[in-house]
Amino acid sequence: MKILPLSLKNLARKPGRTAALVLLTAFLALAVFGGSVVILSLRTGLQSLEARLGADIILVPSEAQSKVSFQNMFLQGTTGAFYMDAAVADKALEVPGVEKAAPQTFLASLKADCCSIKIQVIGIDPAKDFTVQPWIARSLTGDMGDMDVVVGCRVEAGIGEIIRIYEQRCKVVAQLEPTGTGLDIAVYCNMHTMDTLLAAAEAKGVSHKIASGDDSVISAVYIKVKDGYDIDTVNTALTGKLRKVTAVRTRSMITGVSDSLAGVSRTVSAMTVVIWILAFIILLLAYTLVVRERTREFAVLRLIGASRGMLGRMALLESAMCGLGGGIAGTGLAAIGVFSFSALIESSLGLPYLFPGIGTILLLAAGTVLLSIAVSALASAFAARRLSRVQPGTALREGN
Amino acid sequence: MSLLELKNVSKIYGELKALDNVSLHVDQGEWVAIMGPSGSGKSTMMNIIGCMDKPTKGEVLLDGVDISKESSKNLTDIRRDKIGLIFQQFHMVNYLTAVENVMVSQYYHSMPDEQEALEALERVGLRERAKHLPSQLSGGEQQRVCVARALINHPELILADEPTGNLDEANENIVLDLFAQLHREGTTLIVVTHDPEVAEAAQRTIVLEHGRIAREVINENFGK
Repeated sequence: MKILPLSLKNLARKPGRTAALVLLTAFLALAVFGGSVVILSLRTGLQSLEARLGADIILVPSEAQSKVSFQNMFLQGTTGAFYMDAAVADKALEVPGVEKAAPQTFLASLKADCCSIKIQVIGIDPAKDFTVQPWIARSLTGDMGDMDVVVGCRVEAGIGEIIRIYEQRCKVVAQLEPTGTGLDIAVYCNMHTMDTLLAAAEAKGVSHKIASGDDSVISAVYIKVKDGYDIDTVNTALTGKLRKVTAVRTRSMITGVSDSLAGVSRTVSAMTVVIWILAFIILLLAYTLVVRERTREFAVLRLIGASRGMLGRMALLESAMCGLGGGIAGTGLAAIGVFSFSALIESSLGLPYLFPGIGTILLLAAGTVLLSIAVSALASAFAARRLSRVQPGTALREGN
Repeated sequence: MSLLELKNVSKIYGELKALDNVSLHVDQGEWVAIMGPSGSGKSTMMNIIGCMDKPTKGEVLLDGVDISKESSKNLTDIRRDKIGLIFQQFHMVNYLTAVENVMVSQYYHSMPDEQEALEALERVGLRERAKHLPSQLSGGEQQRVCVARALINHPELILADEPTGNLDEANENIVLDLFAQLHREGTTLIVVTHDPEVAEAAQRTIVLEHGRIAREVINENFGK
């Protein structure tokens, strides 16, 4: 019979009290771990989006702003398409300060057999592309041939499988790493494949014709500005030179997301802190009630030889064990919640959402459990001090 | 040889003198009963002798050590090493079984030894109830567990406050028989009681009134 088994027996034989203390701590851990994972996932998502966009400016047809939210195509995977003359990319290169101009063509599938939802097909020119190609290169060794496609991580198609888009057979040659953005449900192909798909879509009544009647169309041009040039100046020059084209600074897009993320982070953090404070106050009250209940028991232990230090350590150990149990339970429940409902959380927030690495998550979980133990012990410290200072003779007389 | 000596001990709470200049000595191996009406100072005396309280004035020598001047920590050590306490209300730890209640006393004293704890329970006739919780034991059984707990560390002094106050006659006799056994083995016993029959079992009875020793009665029939 040592302090640990003694404490364990007390916890086990007072299941109601123990369960209440564990539950309170679990609530605290759930809020801390769940809130932290959501905030970290939003930050990781933003970093991923920044890295993926890669361009300084994006050119889109002026109608794109009204036709479909360009930003939502990246953030939430909204499908959509808009078209402009393919010559825009070459014209953009003539503007001083433009180092690279990579065209992309979009096509929203009706319903591909790989997916339960509509997917966004994006045609790229591997020779000119500098935004998607580096990411494709991580997953694909060799070139993306005609009717080959590279799919986002959430497209349910394995490498080597054939998917049908507008009844065209496309072979999956690689799958990209998660980005936490709408790009995870996109399919990438080269421009030849895109031409085939556009023609097939046309046959199905999905038109990509533009006013000029030109068949050679693109949806966006990703611009890399040369070092030493002011991006705003180049942006203005592009808008001036190219008619019916809007130049969007990616920084402004990121800033918008970043602002939203900061707002969500503040809300989640505030909620976490409020829950934390409430749980701590309730724990303090609960442990104060425990003092009343256990005064006689501690008086008996003092009489049979326990020192104040021993009793203080015993009370702290018991609360730490409640903290450990609550911390593990709360962290586990939060993990089940945030991982099982990540798609729901992502769509509710409407922001890039990408889980941090497993190492970070494990570290966060361990930190949450330690925090739960510390908070529980802290909440009980006052009670432990009072219990250890019980005057045994007086306490037992009053108990009689 | 004297085990306990009180020299002019007083305990004063404001205007109230719970103990008033009391002097007393108890020899090693002696069995003493302390009697008196409510408010006569019995519990105060027990608390002071049991290292649970300190006198306002006077000296209390326990095995030669003046416990009236010891620190709270030292009093805990002395209580743990030299005194076995028994109460009217039993005061078992309610989430521990009978044997665990005995072992917890061993733990704070030295080293828990389940076999020895079981033997102590056997001595009070409760070995078969070792795994029962206090709520599963009768009052008499709980008190016997408390006797086992008090004697497990072989204390020099057993201090009992109304040990039979909540027991029926049969259990009272069992407890008194246990005390007689302990006395024969050389343990010193101080028993605070209201019950004249319990007091008559002791060698000597001290009667307290208004915080003073009113009289002392030697039991001529002791041991007969």
